[in-house]
Amino acid sequence: MTTSLSMILLMIGCAIVTWLPRVIPFMLVRNVKLPDVVLRWLSYIPICILSALVLESLFNSEGTIVTLNWLNVIAFIPTLIVAIFTKSLFKTVIVGVLTMAILKFFL
Amino acid sequence: MNTQMNVNEALPLDTFSQGVKDCIPTLLGYISIGIAFGVIGITSNLSVLEIFLLSVLVYAGSAQFIFCGLYLAGAPFSVIIITTFIVNLRHFLMSLTVAPHLTQYSALRNIGFGTLLTDETFGVAVTKLAKEKTIGGNWMDGLNLTAYFTWIASCTLGGVVGKWLPNAESWGLDFALVAMFAALLIINLVDVGKTKLMHYLKLIALMALIMYVLLYFLPGHIAVLITTIIVATIGVVTEK
Repeated sequence: MTTSLSMILLMIGCAIVTWLPRVIPFMLVRNVKLPDVVLRWLSYIPICILSALVLESLFNSEGTIVTLNWLNVIAFIPTLIVAIFTKSLFKTVIVGVLTMAILKFFL
Repeated sequence: MNTQMNVNEALPLDTFSQGVKDCIPTLLGYISIGIAFGVIGITSNLSVLEIFLLSVLVYAGSAQFIFCGLYLAGAPFSVIIITTFIVNLRHFLMSLTVAPHLTQYSALRNIGFGTLLTDETFGVAVTKLAKEKTIGGNWMDGLNLTAYFTWIASCTLGGVVGKWLPNAESWGLDFALVAMFAALLIINLVDVGKTKLMHYLKLIALMALIMYVLLYFLPGHIAVLITTIIVATIGVVTEK
């Protein structure tokens, strides 16, 4: 249960660079009225960023050639089906984790 | 203070407890990743106190993992800080998306909303926005604080039990995050309506292609940021 001053300073540095991008937009939109085209662009961000996070996890870029991350792709199929039919965050997460646990158990 | 109370009364679902409730489905993700982080932190020679402080101060899953990796590799502090900045830059876009809906609250409360914004709370907040067109400050606080304290507790727990739980990364619990993003994506897509749905499906197909190409040149977290910016721009340009 110890730490050092240099470690504390490093963590504070990381905290500041994480905190600024999170908070600056909240301050910005209070003082600047965003143009209509920016608001329309922002309306695409939720689905785009969620898609990007999902897609990124389905690829494996560790080798020289980018391939599909087959384990994640296989686990993704039942996960997606449950998401589409139940539209439930909780059920989807449970099915996803169980599928992955079973896959890892057999592979 | 009074004006804020009035704002809150106008929104029937803007309660702290509703925010807590809406956070619950994401908790499995926080708990599993948090414990995994604690275990990795211990194996990266961090102390339990340092794991606790990192989750309190930085509060960002992927950045904390990368922090451990770089620290263990003996990277200079400047490299660790710059990498953390780049990994978390996507939060700028997320905050910018959520912030216009919360401008009626005080600057201090807005700093609070931004400070505790993560991939997961962003996902839940925009899903509520897609459904109800509005989000409230009390609801945001309930969501954010539940996620924050669960994350700190899980990371610390992982650090405490870390000595007895090697190879946490091989359990596959990290797939909880992918499953959660997939569910949030589907729920958001359902709410856009039929005509826009086709537009979005084409955009997502295009995104897969762009993502594939970018992954040859860029680490995953930067590819996520850049594909999002490119595809959202194409979305605006091609919308009817």
